[in-house]
Amino acid sequence: MSATATAFDVAGVAALPLDAALNACRDLLEDPAFPTVHAWKESGGKVLGHFQVYFPEELAHAAGMLPVKVRGAPVEMRQADSHFGSYLCSILRSSLEVCLDGRLPLDMFVTHPICDAARNLAGVWARNLPYPAQILYLPQNANSAGTADYLRDEYARLLGDIEAVAGRRVTDADLRRSVAVFNENRRLMREVYAIKRETPWLLPVDQAYVLVALGAVLPREEHNVLLAALLPQIRQRTAKSQDKIRVVLEGGFCEQPPLDLLAVIGQSCYVVDDDLLIGLRFLVRDVDTRGEPLAALADAYLNGSSYSPVQHDTRKPKEEMLLERIDSSGAQAAILAAAKMCEPGLDEQVAYTKALDGAHIPYFVTEFEEKMSGFDQMQLQLETFIESILFD
Amino acid sequence: MITEQDIVGRGAVEGAKLMRDWFARLDAAAERKETAAYVFVMGSLAEVLRAFDMHLVFPEINALQTAVRHVAHEYLGLAEDYGYSPDVCGYVKADVAMQLQGGKHSMGRLPKPALAIATNACNTYVKWAEFWERYYKIPMVTLDIPGSRSAAGGAAPGTEVFESDRRYLEIQLRELITECERLTGKTLDMDRLREVLGWTNRMAAAWQRVLELNRTRPALFNALVDGTVYLGVLNALRGTREGAEYFERLVEEMEYKAAHRVGTIQDEKYRLLFVGVPCYPIFRRFHEMFADQGGVFVASSYLWFAAGGLDLGFQYDLSRPIESLAEGILIGVRHAGDAMLFHDQTLIEQVDQFEADGIVYHPVKSCRTVSTSLAGSRKTLMKSRDVQCLFIESDMMDRRVVSEAQLKNRIDAFFEGLGSRRIRTAAASA
Repeated sequence: MSATATAFDVAGVAALPLDAALNACRDLLEDPAFPTVHAWKESGGKVLGHFQVYFPEELAHAAGMLPVKVRGAPVEMRQADSHFGSYLCSILRSSLEVCLDGRLPLDMFVTHPICDAARNLAGVWARNLPYPAQILYLPQNANSAGTADYLRDEYARLLGDIEAVAGRRVTDADLRRSVAVFNENRRLMREVYAIKRETPWLLPVDQAYVLVALGAVLPREEHNVLLAALLPQIRQRTAKSQDKIRVVLEGGFCEQPPLDLLAVIGQSCYVVDDDLLIGLRFLVRDVDTRGEPLAALADAYLNGSSYSPVQHDTRKPKEEMLLERIDSSGAQAAILAAAKMCEPGLDEQVAYTKALDGAHIPYFVTEFEEKMSGFDQMQLQLETFIESILFD
Repeated sequence: MITEQDIVGRGAVEGAKLMRDWFARLDAAAERKETAAYVFVMGSLAEVLRAFDMHLVFPEINALQTAVRHVAHEYLGLAEDYGYSPDVCGYVKADVAMQLQGGKHSMGRLPKPALAIATNACNTYVKWAEFWERYYKIPMVTLDIPGSRSAAGGAAPGTEVFESDRRYLEIQLRELITECERLTGKTLDMDRLREVLGWTNRMAAAWQRVLELNRTRPALFNALVDGTVYLGVLNALRGTREGAEYFERLVEEMEYKAAHRVGTIQDEKYRLLFVGVPCYPIFRRFHEMFADQGGVFVASSYLWFAAGGLDLGFQYDLSRPIESLAEGILIGVRHAGDAMLFHDQTLIEQVDQFEADGIVYHPVKSCRTVSTSLAGSRKTLMKSRDVQCLFIESDMMDRRVVSEAQLKNRIDAFFEGLGSRRIRTAAASA
């Protein structure tokens, strides 16, 4: 990656006292002006924006572009609403809004057929924005003998389009270097989640979320530096375990719950695992850096990945994967959240509740929207739910 | 000698009978405790499944019947009690409710599934089939059919991208055939497959002709009302002799009507395009609100995407059936996807081809594939063609979001606009 400047002084932030550093991270994440992306552009870099959930960011990185996860934002709608119908989730609208008003300047946009609404976005972007927009057809049939070759070819097709935008050829060596950077990033994010599972009192869900989510807007090398500096400090925190129940939070694979909502949940319970921004962590093991890089990335997507409501794989029934996530994290209960109007999330909630009923695991069902601001009622309901478990 | 009385309206009558007979056959199969393959209209794989003599159940067709018969709310309520949100697709919920009631629906009973097949033409198909997979513990095959990657359209045959997509689809088709052989205990009879493909070829050619013929003035059929009957037959009887013969007789009817200038309504004033999914909870009334003012739907995007690409008239090469089937399904389903995701240019062309006076956009709560970008599509079209547009939202299943009075107000205003525009045009050319 031809690294260019960003507006975020990673070394300076890493040198701050931990709480101040985490506050600075949160400020950056919540800045609706996307300063790191603008700084990248101003220093001559190009930006590839990819919609949720998973995207092989190594392809953009190897071409010297900044891959940015387009994940909506809690912003006021001024332009985007007029391009959509009524019965849609917020993330579509807010993602378009920040691109239309120039807050998120891109050179290329890629969406995926993760849901019926998101697959429309290439057409929406093509109508309204001057840069190339396309669909990456990640396979919905993960179980065919032809899938790995297809996905490798699809990545090669996409890489060709990225090269055209980046204005440079990408070699296997470039790709291997990028895979190595992202392997390190995945290792560090696994460490974030290990802290959550093993010592959740050291890292509340909202702080963990900020640390992971910065990967969506920072050059990955800088994200690695930041995580490598902060995680040892988090492990050294002196906070003590409290009498809170351990929960798994499910439902943050696409539209993101507001940080304040996560903070409210964190006040009441320990979130020991979740699917927040699962796309950034979808590959659960290192991608092989020895063989053909595109084939290795395809193999990792198919055979070394997590689960989400937007991927069908007969080897990974999602309700069983949830039960496994609960079991492996030692959780006592689940919070099943879904973004309003999110078809896959709401459909999956039904399967999850049936499976949890069958396993006699308590759960709390809720809906959210990225721009919601009042959490009192939800907090009251959640505390009632938790008390019902604690005093059962 | 064919008389007008013999032929005009024949397609609607015969189509309705074919659908009743089809439901009766499914009912009888359920009675005999036979099983079926549950499939969807976009990428039904009817050709493969019929070659194994499997019953086909199309849940979309069953679901819409409940809305047309004004009982959908009972089904939606049952599914919502089971746990489904009011915000998810009404088709899914109506089907779930049918399954929870042992396959009972408004036209009879459905055989239980032995196999679930979903294509990625609609993401909700996959979530829907997962319900059957879990509820019945049956195998589910997801057939991945890569669509157009951008507004520039799909890759052409012979290109690297097309060949990669085609190879992927062919492998999946062969895997589906293996699964069908395992389930039925039969080996695929290649001659039987060729026969089925041949019926689809005839059906597709006829369907393409039917659609073309409606460019005639006056329009020969209403794409919203008659079109939905044709579409039912097209999907339910795809790959059958009776389906092929029905559509060839329909061509005969339309040719007759064109030759004798017999329009679908007596006084065609405005030629309209319909974009979206019909408003089934008030299906007849919705149509009347337009027809009463001389509006006729001459074409509909519904007949494009819900036909799974048959409107292209693609002809399978019977000398290499499986390879050709892969190619045809890839091209056809991709084309259906374009009707929902990348339709701007085609709509512009249809305005010209059908000499349309107006376009009615009808996004629905239940179907985000179709509805997400219609508002933006409308803006693009209005920049390109000087036609009157109406944008109305409701649903194809859920009467809670269908406000007939509001729709009527908007539709009346739309016709007032059409009328004023015509007066202005006449004055300007006088």
